[in-house]
Amino acid sequence: MTVQIVKKAAVSRRRQTAYRVFAVLAALAATGLVMALAGYNPFVVYYKMIEGSTMTAYRFQETIHKAIPLITLSLGVAVAFKMKFWNIGGEGQFYLGAFGAALVAFQAPELPMWAMLPAMMLAGMLLGGLWALIPALLKAKFGASETLVTLMLNYIAIKWVTYLQYGPWKDPKASGFPKMPKFADAAVLPKVFGVHAGWIITLAAVVLVWILFSRSKLGYEIAVLGESEATARYAGMNTVRTMLIAVLLSGGLCGLAGMMQASAVERSLSDVLSGGMGFTAIITAWLARLNPPAIVGVCFFFAILLQGGSYLQTSMQIPSSVAAVIQGVVLFFVLASEFFIQYRIQISRGEKKEVA
Amino acid sequence: MEDKAYIRLEGITKTFGTVKANSNVSLSVKKGEIHALLGENGSGKSTLVNIMAGLYAPEAGTITIGGRERHFSSPGDAIAAGVGMVHQHFKLVEVMTAKENIILGRKEGLAVRGRELTEQIYQIGKKYGLIVNPDKKVYDMSVGEKQTVEILKMLYRGADILILDEPTAVLTPQETATLFGILRNMRAEGCAIIIITHKLNEVMEISDRVTVLRRGESVATLDTAATSPRELTELMVGRPMSLEIHRASYEGKRETLLRVKDLTAADRDGVHRLNHVSFHLHRGEILGVAGIAGSGQKELCEIIAGLDKATGGTVEYNGEMILGLSPREIIKKGVSMSFIPEDRLGMGLVAGMSIVDNVLLKSYRNNPGPFVDRKAGARLADKIIREFDISTPGKWHTVKDLSGGNIQKVLLGREIELHPQLLITAYPVRGLDIGASYNIYDTLNAQKEQGVAILFIGEDLDVLLALCDRIMVIHAGAVMDIVDAKTASKEEIGMLMLGHRPGEEAAV
Amino acid sequence: MEALELYLQTAAQMGTPILFGTLGGILCEKVGHLNLGVEGMMLLGAVCGFMAGLATGNPILAILAAGLAGAGGALIYAFITVTLQGNQNVTGLVLTTFGTGLSSFLGKDLVGQSLPDGIFAALGPKEIPVLSDIPVVGKMLFHQSPYATAGLVLAILLYFYMNRTTMGLNMRAVGENPGAADASGVNVTLYKYVHILLGGFCCGVGGAYLTLVFVPRWQDEITAGIGWIAVALVIFATWNPLKAIFGAYFFGALRGLSFVIQNMDLTLFGHKITIVSQFLDMIPYAATILVLVFITRGKRAENQAPRALGLAYFREER
Repeated sequence: MTVQIVKKAAVSRRRQTAYRVFAVLAALAATGLVMALAGYNPFVVYYKMIEGSTMTAYRFQETIHKAIPLITLSLGVAVAFKMKFWNIGGEGQFYLGAFGAALVAFQAPELPMWAMLPAMMLAGMLLGGLWALIPALLKAKFGASETLVTLMLNYIAIKWVTYLQYGPWKDPKASGFPKMPKFADAAVLPKVFGVHAGWIITLAAVVLVWILFSRSKLGYEIAVLGESEATARYAGMNTVRTMLIAVLLSGGLCGLAGMMQASAVERSLSDVLSGGMGFTAIITAWLARLNPPAIVGVCFFFAILLQGGSYLQTSMQIPSSVAAVIQGVVLFFVLASEFFIQYRIQISRGEKKEVA
Repeated sequence: MEDKAYIRLEGITKTFGTVKANSNVSLSVKKGEIHALLGENGSGKSTLVNIMAGLYAPEAGTITIGGRERHFSSPGDAIAAGVGMVHQHFKLVEVMTAKENIILGRKEGLAVRGRELTEQIYQIGKKYGLIVNPDKKVYDMSVGEKQTVEILKMLYRGADILILDEPTAVLTPQETATLFGILRNMRAEGCAIIIITHKLNEVMEISDRVTVLRRGESVATLDTAATSPRELTELMVGRPMSLEIHRASYEGKRETLLRVKDLTAADRDGVHRLNHVSFHLHRGEILGVAGIAGSGQKELCEIIAGLDKATGGTVEYNGEMILGLSPREIIKKGVSMSFIPEDRLGMGLVAGMSIVDNVLLKSYRNNPGPFVDRKAGARLADKIIREFDISTPGKWHTVKDLSGGNIQKVLLGREIELHPQLLITAYPVRGLDIGASYNIYDTLNAQKEQGVAILFIGEDLDVLLALCDRIMVIHAGAVMDIVDAKTASKEEIGMLMLGHRPGEEAAV
Repeated sequence: MEALELYLQTAAQMGTPILFGTLGGILCEKVGHLNLGVEGMMLLGAVCGFMAGLATGNPILAILAAGLAGAGGALIYAFITVTLQGNQNVTGLVLTTFGTGLSSFLGKDLVGQSLPDGIFAALGPKEIPVLSDIPVVGKMLFHQSPYATAGLVLAILLYFYMNRTTMGLNMRAVGENPGAADASGVNVTLYKYVHILLGGFCCGVGGAYLTLVFVPRWQDEITAGIGWIAVALVIFATWNPLKAIFGAYFFGALRGLSFVIQNMDLTLFGHKITIVSQFLDMIPYAATILVLVFITRGKRAENQAPRALGLAYFREER
């Protein structure tokens, strides 16, 4: 008997989605089993997570607050991924964006809100975009792997914010505690329907990126470039220009996420502003197959995990790290399910024939 | 003993997705025999030998070697059974030396013993006439040297069944002659040799017997001495096939469209890829380009198309200088030129996109505004599918899932729909079966009749002689001569390709 | 002089977990798998090593448990990326999330506990007579925890394994060109699994150095980014275990320095220059980018990343 792996013929979109949903359910069942073994009732735990993330207006708003930066970051990395530019530097671009916002808020505190917020947004997007441009230029000029450069730049960005927090931008009124002062009210995104206005910006970004990918010439060029640089050149595209624009856009969106988080949630800058969302966004963008509407759904699911996880701590004394574990297991299952979309396992019986 | 098959395959079947690559194939090869495996592209030759080499697992069928049935679940098993395979795309680790590549996968011995190995490799090489420097890195090697390493690697493992997949495709005629010498030595030593090729003259020259595959099935095994190229062709194609290619004639005014003068290009190390290339091309003419692979064909096409840079010379289109312009600027200037590159899925088309998105590749900028007009694309795709008789489940189907012939038709169709005045095509029939190839020739002829100037980079001299009006022969980036296709002979062109001018000694 | 010796000794201590993580990363990348889960595997090793140390008081068992925990994380990674051909970047990142979460969960009751004396006695610094009196580097190399010495020895062994043995040759071939290795009869899948698991083992052991020797306590996210420095260092060392030693000690020294000073004023050419600890922390990452640019620009094929790094291998791919 032989077991072999065989490549499948194309699988329909709907089928693929079914596989992934099944993987998520299987993962929840598996973690549920572990929870049961650890002495918790998994149904209660899952219920509490949903309760903690959706059941009251406040908690639901908190969930949305967690989803907003994640969606924007995912859109950002998706633009780069579409070009097969492996930007795993969303984290760093997020911090640079937040830094840009804080730069405006701290240096020009007297600006009125109508000037302040757009200026912060612009500065955040610009700095995030420029930070992403560094690996793009290094790739265009020297061929350096963008995966590794963007990864390294994350830590440089975080250290830069730490430096500001402990050094020049430390709040003198915080009695030696290393934190930055709060932004002026004019630098805080106002609330619309109980949630900060970032949700409007994020939804606009979703629509724009969706149009970019599915309708626009630029999106078409990005996709062609992602498939083959030679083809893009052959078709007369200016490949370097397209790459730089896409990367600027990618970093700009990540920077925008940082700006919104600093302005509306933290109302300041800090070196734990992101909490690793820049990395989570890589996972969510990939899970959503770079499809903007799907990104919204996937990120919302993740936000429920995060928000529900922190609720577990207060309601059931289960450490919030459980949420990270569940997240990990779900993702492992989904990653594994990709294989079954592409391949099938074939078990065949080798016929034994005696040959003289 | 002499008549008994040493390796015998029976009833081999293998499917990829929905494609049946091998269906009930049988093959038997004796010791001391060179056995050719002949078939069109896609007939299942490579699949069959990959099964013998343990790379693919067949769904049904048996392999018997030396009277024992074998089941290979990995190349390691095949090697242990004495089967050595030299792949068409060499399986060598570039950053390692010849020696390291040769011992790769060796089971015995913990330490790499350099000196002993050098001696062993030298001994094996001497026996068969294989010469290579064991300490040379693969990335420094020529194609011929790499092939030598591959063969040595197999002999070092004690292979007595050697399979070569299209070994001559990348070799110069001299290298081919050397290889055939080595194969004859190995035959004399009692090896069973299987050689895949689609060149009939090579089958006639080197093989003792030949097995023909067609559409994944083995249709016949013949003694080479008792067959003819005509019979083999018929077996390959499945029907009597006229191998005549018709040469269309153009009735219109004869005027020069493209004039290339002293075109020179050097790579970063200063090596000349093109050396003062000059020629002109008329409307309604097919100018063939013949040369050994890598003689500058790629550079010539890409420079004219604006994809590569020249270091000197001029390219005039309709009297206007176009050298140094980007592909975009060339298009903007109203130069209607189409370039059909050799690497279809790597350059001409986007493998992972639909037919619609692919036919838009050159025209998506034509409408104003920031959006792509996919409705126009869909109309164009429908038209191309209809006119070029492309078989596809639909216009939104991904290009890479089409067959080679249909992929080429999408590319050719898109370019012809741009109504070019100048058409540059590089190896347009590579990888296509004979029927599809003739379709392409007909299309080119039809374009020629309408007055399109065609630069045709080819590899099969018979095709070049039959299809083209004139043939430009290049060698090492320089034009050796431009001959009249109606009067030139194959031998004459062959000599020019090698750098010999008639009445002149070697000019390499 | 004595201050320098002491400082170098600290640098080696700081560098030891980085070295283990880097060696783990090299093992994994040399068979073509970029594992961004180093941080997660180190954390799993750190918490499991500490738990085993608490429970048994036996340093060998503690280290073994740490290694197995790391290898366990690597097994998930290997199964998804080798057998199921999943995306390596995403899988590695998920492994880090998972390892961070799981270690924090497992360690929730361990915070504040301290290890039995036996472990410190066994793993504390040992002075090798004579050799440790060598000026400057003596203390760094020969007055160390056996743990640090083991790291050095492992790096040297790994170098010889990779470059002088047939198995090492096969392993490098798998990372360079799995198709070629496969056609030559190397069991690609087996080689990948073994080396990814060994790599995970090294990472786990590296993490446990923190909880067993260096701190030695458990706290959440005790690795504090060391795993990422290790990922960087693999490139910085151009996939060479010997260079990894220097890199690890150099990065360790920088980390040590940034702990010691918060801000240091120096006078250079009459200008007052303030060295800020965060800027020192940036150096490993910035240096790695420079090295990366340098090696990709330079043409030496031997310094490049393994050719098949990040690519899945499926034999029947057409």
